[in-house]
Amino acid sequence: MRLGTITNPMNSDVVKEMDMPNLKEVSAPDERPAETVIEPGKTVGMPFTANPRFQLRNVEVFYGENPAIKNVSLDIARNEVIAFIGPSGCGKSTFLRCLNRMNDSIDSCRIKGSLQLDGQEIYSPGRDVVELRARVGMVFQKPNPFPKSIYDNVAYGPRIHGLANRKSDLDDIVENSLRKAGLWEEVRHRLGAMATGMSGGQQQRLCIARAIAVSPEVVLMDEPCSALDPIATARIEELIAELSENYTIVIVTHSMQQAARVSNRTAYFHLGHLVEVNDTSRVFTTPEHELTESYITGRFG
Amino acid sequence: MTASRDDVYGNHISNQFNDELLALKTRFLKMGGLVEAQVDSAVKALIEANDALAEEIRSEDKRVDRMEMDIDEEAMLIIARRQPTARDLRLVISVIRMVADLERVGDEAKKIARFAIRLSEEGRSAQGYGEVRHISAHVTDMLHDSLDAFARLDSGLALQVMKADKRVDEEYQAAARTLLTFMMEDARNISRCLSVMWVLRALERVGDHACNIAENVIFMVKGEDVRHTSVEEAERVVGR
Repeated sequence: MRLGTITNPMNSDVVKEMDMPNLKEVSAPDERPAETVIEPGKTVGMPFTANPRFQLRNVEVFYGENPAIKNVSLDIARNEVIAFIGPSGCGKSTFLRCLNRMNDSIDSCRIKGSLQLDGQEIYSPGRDVVELRARVGMVFQKPNPFPKSIYDNVAYGPRIHGLANRKSDLDDIVENSLRKAGLWEEVRHRLGAMATGMSGGQQQRLCIARAIAVSPEVVLMDEPCSALDPIATARIEELIAELSENYTIVIVTHSMQQAARVSNRTAYFHLGHLVEVNDTSRVFTTPEHELTESYITGRFG
Repeated sequence: MTASRDDVYGNHISNQFNDELLALKTRFLKMGGLVEAQVDSAVKALIEANDALAEEIRSEDKRVDRMEMDIDEEAMLIIARRQPTARDLRLVISVIRMVADLERVGDEAKKIARFAIRLSEEGRSAQGYGEVRHISAHVTDMLHDSLDAFARLDSGLALQVMKADKRVDEEYQAAARTLLTFMMEDARNISRCLSVMWVLRALERVGDHACNIAENVIFMVKGEDVRHTSVEEAERVVGR
């Protein structure tokens, strides 16, 4: 009985040798995705958007002679959350740091290509970097509050940028920023306390409040939750969802589940190449590129 | 049991994950094999008026139910433990769906076995058995092919199953008309013919479940949901 062959699939050879059905035509086993090789400069999926906030074209970054980013082109839309994922050393953090010139302090770092924020070159010689960073804020992996009071941490940016003329204006900015960062209720009665005495999760939310106090358009986040416990992480993720109504958010994360939860689009980097950009819902169910699939499913690349 | 690195569900960094997915696949195929045998035996019990065999099918159905629950639990544990994505996720989700289809096929086999006992009690007559044999041959092929397509990730074969389902539906309609003429010829045939009609109906349902399994195989392989679409649409997806 031919049924017998299938009833004992514990032996994988049996499954392989399962007698061919009386069929017609037997096609070879097939498999998605079809894309398996990296074509330099080519990104599968949807790297470009209408009316982008960032327009990044043919970007190359070198540390000395070593290329860290190889001919990457990408648009980042207004009010989207885009996640950069990829194995360590793939260039995702390097690329993120190009967006507000955080690489400027690294002497060996050279950048080629066109990087535009609202149609203006980020790396043009006359560019005011302080103004750029006010528009493109950043939150780092490890919470890094200033060794000052909670109030002063948030007030620092508005003060140096001259955003508030009166004490009451500054108070409003501090309160609003702390509210948006979901921290107000926890700290309203101890604004004078040292920020460094807060919990890690609170410190990170304070850093987010500090970043948004200067009314940026974009918030860059470089693994903002990697030093936080699951509850603090959940709060930050909730916050990202709320902030995305008013800000463009670019997040680098090693947690694929986090990328899947918080972002609209996901960009997969591999050895300096931007391999795939697609809607996050697509990337985690039916990625287009084999390398993306290997990475997100936890396989050998 | 160690997963082969060649297997598309193998080669995870975590070998345990490889083994879990392989075990899930294997268990599903094992359940598929059992259900397939149930349908075959049920038709045999009917045609040979073998009551003992029919009784056996009814008791084996409990094993099928047990397997359904075990596989569901295993799939749930994989989701909880591994948060599978992409093809792994599609495999696990498909297995959860397909296992429900297999369980329903088991129920149809049990139903056929019940009618086998009733028909043998009513005495020998082979009216409509030709139709039963004919349609059962087709649906057991479909079931076998759908499981084969799953085992080999063969979306082309899955598409053949979807196409075959259309033919089975037509044959079922034709067989129903034939039985209707028997009933009109002689009212004493009605009770028997109705039983045979239920058997044909059960077999036709087996074909539908095989078709569902095939649709899930296409989803697993191609990542596109072809349920509630035309065969032409499925053909386009498979052809990509």
